[in-house]
Amino acid sequence: MIDTVITADKLTKRFGDFIATNEISFEVKAGEIFGFLGANGAGKTTAIRMFCGLLLPSSGSATVAGFDVYKQTERIKQNIGYMSQKFSLYEDLTVKENIRFYAGIYGIKRQLIKEKTESLLKQLNLLSEANALVKSLPLGWKQKLAFSVAIFHEPRVVFLDEPTGGVDPITRREFWNLIYQAAERGITIFVTTHYMDEAEYCNRVSIMVDGKIEAMDTPRNLKKTFNAKSMDEVFLQLARGAKRGE
Amino acid sequence: MSSVTVEQIVKKYGAKKELVTALDDISIEVGKGELFGVIGPDGAGKTSLFRILTTLLLPDSGNATVDGFDVVKQYREIRNRIGYMPGKFSLYQDLSVEENLRFFATIFNTSIEANYDLIKDIYIQIEPFKDRRAGKLSGGMKQKLALCCALIHRPYVLFLDEPTTGVDAVSRKEFWEMLKGLKQQGISILVSTPYMDEAGLCDRVALMQSGKIMSIDSPRNIIKKFTKTMWSVRSAEMYRLLNDLQQYNNTERCYAFGEFHHLVLKNDREGKDEIMNYLLYLSHHEIELQVTQPNIEDCFIELMGGTIK
Repeated sequence: MIDTVITADKLTKRFGDFIATNEISFEVKAGEIFGFLGANGAGKTTAIRMFCGLLLPSSGSATVAGFDVYKQTERIKQNIGYMSQKFSLYEDLTVKENIRFYAGIYGIKRQLIKEKTESLLKQLNLLSEANALVKSLPLGWKQKLAFSVAIFHEPRVVFLDEPTGGVDPITRREFWNLIYQAAERGITIFVTTHYMDEAEYCNRVSIMVDGKIEAMDTPRNLKKTFNAKSMDEVFLQLARGAKRGE
Repeated sequence: MSSVTVEQIVKKYGAKKELVTALDDISIEVGKGELFGVIGPDGAGKTSLFRILTTLLLPDSGNATVDGFDVVKQYREIRNRIGYMPGKFSLYQDLSVEENLRFFATIFNTSIEANYDLIKDIYIQIEPFKDRRAGKLSGGMKQKLALCCALIHRPYVLFLDEPTTGVDAVSRKEFWEMLKGLKQQGISILVSTPYMDEAGLCDRVALMQSGKIMSIDSPRNIIKKFTKTMWSVRSAEMYRLLNDLQQYNNTERCYAFGEFHHLVLKNDREGKDEIMNYLLYLSHHEIELQVTQPNIEDCFIELMGGTIK
């Protein structure tokens, strides 16, 4: 088992003259919760798309779960999970059908899907909703289910793009409990959020401004470095200088 | 006279079998010139309420007025008097910044020039791009243009439905500064948001959840009503600490809150020594434990009353 799940070395993406992601470098360890922050338009989505094997970099190098982002994009896709507020589950499929569909895509054997589905539904308190259409579930349940589906195939790393937007404060915390549990099992969490209190829940945080990583450390050290009381203040100090929008 | 009154409004959607109550007997009063926040997660009923007040949706029962006019019988009067910025960007993507603004001014029989003073502070930030198509603007600029378009006919009441959702912390801060400026011009503003930390920027707020209003008051008074002691706790192992505190027999509620966990006890007579002993017994180290001031999000969680699993 490798210890480092994501490596990026001067990873860059250009669109014409525009440098969306500009020489970003870092490493993320197995089981780490890594917060990937930045203002709208800072280049986060472009970076995530490269890590997920959906977009070829212009220069620099990176590996995800030990696979190269240039040459092994299909292997990457098999070994990661992905979830965002916008992309999660099929509304017109039932809870069970969604699980079977996603697990099937990742090539999990039917018998195993069956067994794991039972325990997952129990854990999420969704047993009585197993045959309900996903669209009938409250948003918070959907998001928790979507996360569980995204890690059903036990990926090395899961990418979460603003997973908690719009959910109530209790569900938001229940969601983070699921994140902690997954991290304890060794799944690496790569998460973006606009809630600065959630930045505090990360082991390490990077803050992107105009395509570059301007700061990266534990929340505690970042606050020390920037002489700030909260991550909100750290973020404002760095992102205020941003030149570009979304 | 109040700017907005809402009396026992009910709104349900769907057929009998899957009836959803979006608004369950809601009553609100917003004063002239007030900056009023409707705070709640998705599905709380914020958009339904705004659509009823902007005369785009009929309530099932109850009454509501905006600037003294009835939302059902006098919808035409209301439409001339309000500005509305929906949650979804709804300007014409193929028109330029200036064309959009001129279009909305014309619809209301006025001109950009006549009301320029009202939008000036906001518009000068996007004026360098006035020939750019609206669809090509950044998120923050779209938001500013939408606000200008909602203001161009000098409304008495402004409805902003989740203007800061999905917007980064810097742009959110800028947006609230713009609202403060508008408030000084005497416009009544109703703004909805899922971000609890924005409540503190309003004169008064309604905390909404599942179609019901849990509390209406100034942010300061809502916090005052939280009478229990709020502890903030941290240690070297935050996740284990959270689990251990949730297991503690005197814990009413414990949840993560930024760099600390927030803890409310069932019995407030117990204090620092007891909690400390419990944590030391479980060999936590680098423990920090102190009494802290609850905030709106703590109050919201308290009012929701649920437990966190």
